[in-house]
Amino acid sequence: MSHVKSILNYIWSGWGAISSLLLLMAFWEFGNSLYGSFILPTPLESFSALWVELENENGWSFVWITTQRAILGFLLSIAIGSTLGVMAGLSMTTARAARPIVTFLLGVPPISWIVLALLWFGMGGMAPVFTVLVTTLPLTFASAVQGTRTLDHRFLDMSKVYKVPLSMKIWDFYLPHILSYLFPAWINALGMAWKITIMAELLASNDGIGAGMALARVNLETATAMGWILATVLLLLAFEYLCLEPLKRHLESWRQENVIMGIK
Amino acid sequence: MISVQGVSHKYMFDEVISDISFDVQKGEVVSLVGPSGCGKTTLLSMCAGILNPSKGKLINGFEKTSMVFQEDRLLPWRKAWQNIALGLKAMGIGQKKQKNIVEKIAKRLRLSTEDLEKYPDALSGGMRQRVAIGRALATKPDLLLLDEPFSALDVGLRRELQDLVMEQISERNLTAIFITHDLLEAVRVSSRILVLKPEPGEIVREIKLNTPFINRHDSFVYEQVGAFLEEPIVREAFRLDQGHYS
Repeated sequence: MSHVKSILNYIWSGWGAISSLLLLMAFWEFGNSLYGSFILPTPLESFSALWVELENENGWSFVWITTQRAILGFLLSIAIGSTLGVMAGLSMTTARAARPIVTFLLGVPPISWIVLALLWFGMGGMAPVFTVLVTTLPLTFASAVQGTRTLDHRFLDMSKVYKVPLSMKIWDFYLPHILSYLFPAWINALGMAWKITIMAELLASNDGIGAGMALARVNLETATAMGWILATVLLLLAFEYLCLEPLKRHLESWRQENVIMGIK
Repeated sequence: MISVQGVSHKYMFDEVISDISFDVQKGEVVSLVGPSGCGKTTLLSMCAGILNPSKGKLINGFEKTSMVFQEDRLLPWRKAWQNIALGLKAMGIGQKKQKNIVEKIAKRLRLSTEDLEKYPDALSGGMRQRVAIGRALATKPDLLLLDEPFSALDVGLRRELQDLVMEQISERNLTAIFITHDLLEAVRVSSRILVLKPEPGEIVREIKLNTPFINRHDSFVYEQVGAFLEEPIVREAFRLDQGHYS
């Protein structure tokens, strides 16, 4: 019963978001009336251009290919980054040693990774996946280190008194704490994954949404380009709010309780 | 028994406790009292095995040691019953048996079934400390270490939980080492009191109390505390004559 209720609550909370999105559409429409359809096509024109693309034989496959690449890069990044980060975080030395490296890697612009990926892997699917992995890895890694380092040492003292075994220490002490650091980083990384995949595809691939946009640019089809942008944003929102957010709510229900009861 | 032999401890260059020796026999309730900074918590952490002494030896002959901390130290992401069962889970006891044991203890500690399903943040301070006491008792310890477990509670709640813990100690025939800076509390519950002075922590006075616990009424407690506070050595340990009012 409480599950049904919380799901309904979650959906109901979407109305606010929808109304502000509609407001954005209104501004967009207004922009069109100022600059005309070549510079800024109306939302309706953009959607119908996207629909035309999707009706094409390549349309859906482009969306599917981009999704696969972004999600594969993202999953590799959170798996590798989070595991390595937790391991590094368990020791003060490795945590300290990792910091300058992470700062260095975060400073490398994604576009330069694309150049390297092109040189290393050539045109095709590997370049976008690799670029997503290397650009989001420092993010997931750093948050895992941070989460591991910040667990209150008083909890660890308590675990010594009760002779808590290592597996339980990881599962009951470290993981729930680290997850609260990891989730924001994961959501961030997911957003980056889509954007970088499309950027890499635009420069280094013949298929995927990015390639579709490159084609729209060549043909000077603004509405199609806008259509692909819409497709990307919709995909991103769908993954964040249908996958990550519900997962977060479930895993962090101990925190949610405070919000509902209005304590703190 | 637990035997502390010539133990000293330094944090960096500061000596917190210096050459402390005492034994605690089975069935005793020993209080360590003294002002802040006399190394009580350091000493208890050593008894709990959290900390190793820089110098000296500590032999803990008890089979199972439990500790209640000054702050409850409940895992905020686990429900109350899971927190009580923490030590049981660490021992590898199955979930069904854990629940059975938790239920029995919860009844004694007057925690309701609804409370057990709540996360610590949804419980009051007194309830959280009950859960922490439950966690300490669940593993059936023979040595119970208490680090000012009631200091954050109001007077009424404090007395109630004191009685509850004392009841459990006598029922289970536990040995307990109890830290407090409150002499009233120490006189009410202990069979022996060790008074420590600060900087560095040293034992300056040992007080044996033979009066049975049921006869320790408020008037007896106040009288005893009054008598101790007359002693120059106790006054010095608590720095009673250096305050603003003397």
